[in-house]
Amino acid sequence: MGMTQHAEPAVSSPPAPGPGRVKDGRTAERPLALRLLARPDVGVFLGAMAVWVFFLIAAPPVREGHSMATILYQSSTIGIMALPVALLMIGGEFDLSSGVAVITSALTASMTAFQLSMNVWVGVIAALVVSLAVGLFNGWMVVKTGLPSFLVTLGSFLILQGANLAVTKLVTDNVATDDISDMDGFGQAKKVFASSFDVGGVQIKITIVYWLVFAAIATWVLLRTRYGNWVFAVGGNKDSARAVGVPVTFTKISLFMLVGFGAWFVGMHNLFSFNTVQSGEGVGQELIYISAAVIGGCLLTGGAGSAIGPVFGAFMFGMVQQGIVFANWNPDWFKAFLGVMLLGAVLINLWVSRTATRR
Amino acid sequence: MDRSSLSRSRRFAPAVALAAAAALALAGCSSSSGGKKSEESSDGASAGKATTPRMTIALVTHQSPGDTFWDIVRKGAEAAAAKDNVKLVYSADPSAGGQANLVQNAIDQKVDGIAITLAKPDALKDVVAKAKAANIPVVGLNSGVSDWQKLGLMEFFGQDETVAGEALGKRLNEEGAKSAVCVIQEQGNIGLTQRCDGVKKTFSGKFQTLNVNGADMPSVKSTITAKLTQDKSIDYVVALGAPIALTAAQATSDASSKAKIATFDLNKDLTGAISKGTIAFAVDQQPYLQGYLAIDSLWLYKSNGNYMGGGEQPVLTGPAFVDKSNVDAVAKYAAKGTR
Repeated sequence: MGMTQHAEPAVSSPPAPGPGRVKDGRTAERPLALRLLARPDVGVFLGAMAVWVFFLIAAPPVREGHSMATILYQSSTIGIMALPVALLMIGGEFDLSSGVAVITSALTASMTAFQLSMNVWVGVIAALVVSLAVGLFNGWMVVKTGLPSFLVTLGSFLILQGANLAVTKLVTDNVATDDISDMDGFGQAKKVFASSFDVGGVQIKITIVYWLVFAAIATWVLLRTRYGNWVFAVGGNKDSARAVGVPVTFTKISLFMLVGFGAWFVGMHNLFSFNTVQSGEGVGQELIYISAAVIGGCLLTGGAGSAIGPVFGAFMFGMVQQGIVFANWNPDWFKAFLGVMLLGAVLINLWVSRTATRR
Repeated sequence: MDRSSLSRSRRFAPAVALAAAAALALAGCSSSSGGKKSEESSDGASAGKATTPRMTIALVTHQSPGDTFWDIVRKGAEAAAAKDNVKLVYSADPSAGGQANLVQNAIDQKVDGIAITLAKPDALKDVVAKAKAANIPVVGLNSGVSDWQKLGLMEFFGQDETVAGEALGKRLNEEGAKSAVCVIQEQGNIGLTQRCDGVKKTFSGKFQTLNVNGADMPSVKSTITAKLTQDKSIDYVVALGAPIALTAAQATSDASSKAKIATFDLNKDLTGAISKGTIAFAVDQQPYLQGYLAIDSLWLYKSNGNYMGGGEQPVLTGPAFVDKSNVDAVAKYAAKGTR
C-alpha cells in the first residue's frame, strides 16, 4: 500500500530529526539560517522577542527584574496547560474543556479535603484521579465514537461547567469552596505547587520552573522517543499510522489524559495560592491555551508542531497582557490591544516561515 | 478495526489509582485542624411560617454562573419564601435576551409576582409591560435604581452603584489616600463601571482604572502586581468584589507595595481579612436583604396591599461600611454565606 509513505517517521525508531539529508542533486542545500527559520518554533521565538523588545522600549518598568518575574509567572500558568494542549493538537485532536477542567480539579481537591476533614493531600490525589478520568472520558469518547473532538469536548466543557457549579453548591451550600489554608498538609502542598524562591532579590514563582522543566521533558519525548513519533503519526494520518502498527487508541487517549494531568497541576496551583476556588472561574481559558499552542506553531489540523513553540506562545500572552499594564495604556482598550499584538506576532511568525521556506 | 490489547490493559490504570486513593482515605489521613468537622452548624434566619395561601413568585436575575454575590441574594429570597409560604422559582441569565425570555417564561407560568434585576433595562421593557398586562406585580432589585420607575415597577430594593462609589471615594479622602486604582474584573459591566465612576467623582486624589480577567485568578494577581509596579504612587486598590480584593492583597505583597485595599461586597474570607487588617474596609450593599425584601414585598402586597418605599422611592440596602470596628458583628453571618 502506498499509504506507508505517510507514516514513515512513525516506524523509524532511531531518532530522525528533519527530512533525510541524502544529497541527490534535486534540491540545492539551503543556508543554515534559512533552514533554522523554517522551523515553526523559530518564527514564534522571533515574534516573542519582537514583543519583548517592543515593551522594553514602551514600558520602562518591564526592564526591572521583578517585573519580568511577574510576566513569567503569568506566562507559566498559561504555559503549563498550553504544553499538553499543544501535544494533543499535534496528535490531531482538540480540547475545549481544558479551562473549566482546571477549576474542576481545584474544586475536587478542596471539597474532598474539607468535607471529609482529611489531610489536603487526600484531596490532591482525588483531584488527580478525577482529572485523569475526565481526560480518559474525552479520549475514549473521541476514539470510540469517531466524533470530532471539538464536539465531544464541547459537551464535556458544558458538563464540567454545570457540574462545577451544581456540585459545589450541593456540597458546600455556597458557590465558592471553603478556605482550607488551616488544614493539615496545606503548607506542604503550597510548597510543592505554589511556593516562590529568591534569586538576587527577585521573587520567582515555582510554576516558572515547572513550566520550563515540563517543556524540556515534552521536547525530549516528542523528538527522542517512540511515543513522540506516535504523536506525530496519529496527528498526521490516523489510518496509515494504525496500518503500520502505531497504537492509535492508546496514543490519543493518553494525550487527553495528559491534558487532564496539566489541568490537575494548574488547578492545584490555583487552590494552594488562593486558598478557595470560585466555581464559575475558568471559562474562556481554554481558548487562551489553544491560542498559545497555535501561536507556538502547532497546526490546527494536527501532525506538526513542537513543545518549545508553545512556551514562547505562552510567554507572548503573558508579555502582552502585563506589558499593556506596565505601559499604562488606557485600560478600555485592553482586549483590543491584546488581539492586535497577538495577530501581529502571528503574522511575523507566518512571514518568517514563508520567507524561510521560499526557494 | 484492530485494537491493540495494550490499550485495553491501560484502561485499568485509573481504576487502580481510584482504589489507591480510597485506601489512602480510609487509612485515616484526617486533618486535625479546619475542615467540615470544625465548622459549627448553626441555624439560618427563620421566623415561623405565614398561614396565607401558597403563592408562586419568580426571581429572575442577570447572575453569571458561580458568582458568590448572587448566591447570597438567592439565599435571602429563599429565606423570605420559606417564611411567607411562597414557592420560589429562581432563574438567571447574564445575557439581556436570555433574561427577557426567562421573565416571559414566568408570565407563561402565571406566577403571582415577579422580582427582576434591571442590568439592561431597555431589553426588559417589553416583557415587563406584558407582565403588567397580565396583572402580575413586578418589583426590581440590585440594578436599575434609575430605571425602575420608568419601566413601571412597583418597588425597588438595592443600592445606587454610583452613590455607593461616591461614598467609597469620600471614605478614601478621609483615610488620606492620594492615589487609587479601581479594578474592573468584567470589562463592560455597567454596574462595575458605575462604581468606579462614583469613586472618581468624589475622590480628590489621582484616580485610574484597571481591567483584569476575573475568570483567571493567577492573571488577576499578576495584572494587579504589574500595575502596582508600574505606578508606585498608588496607595489604595479599590476592588469591586470580595475574591478580587483577597487576590489584590496577595498582589500588594508580591509587588512589595504599601497600598491598602478597599472593596465592594463581602464574603466569609473577606470578613476574616478585615479583622486581620489585610483589607481596610468594604462597602456592603447587603445582597441577602435585597433578595429577602424583594420576595417579602410581593407577599406583603398580595396579602395586605403594602408598598415599600411608598411606590415612589427606592428602598436602599447600601452602602454600609464594614471595617475593623464592626466586622465581628457581621463575620458570623458571613461565615454562613448570608452576609
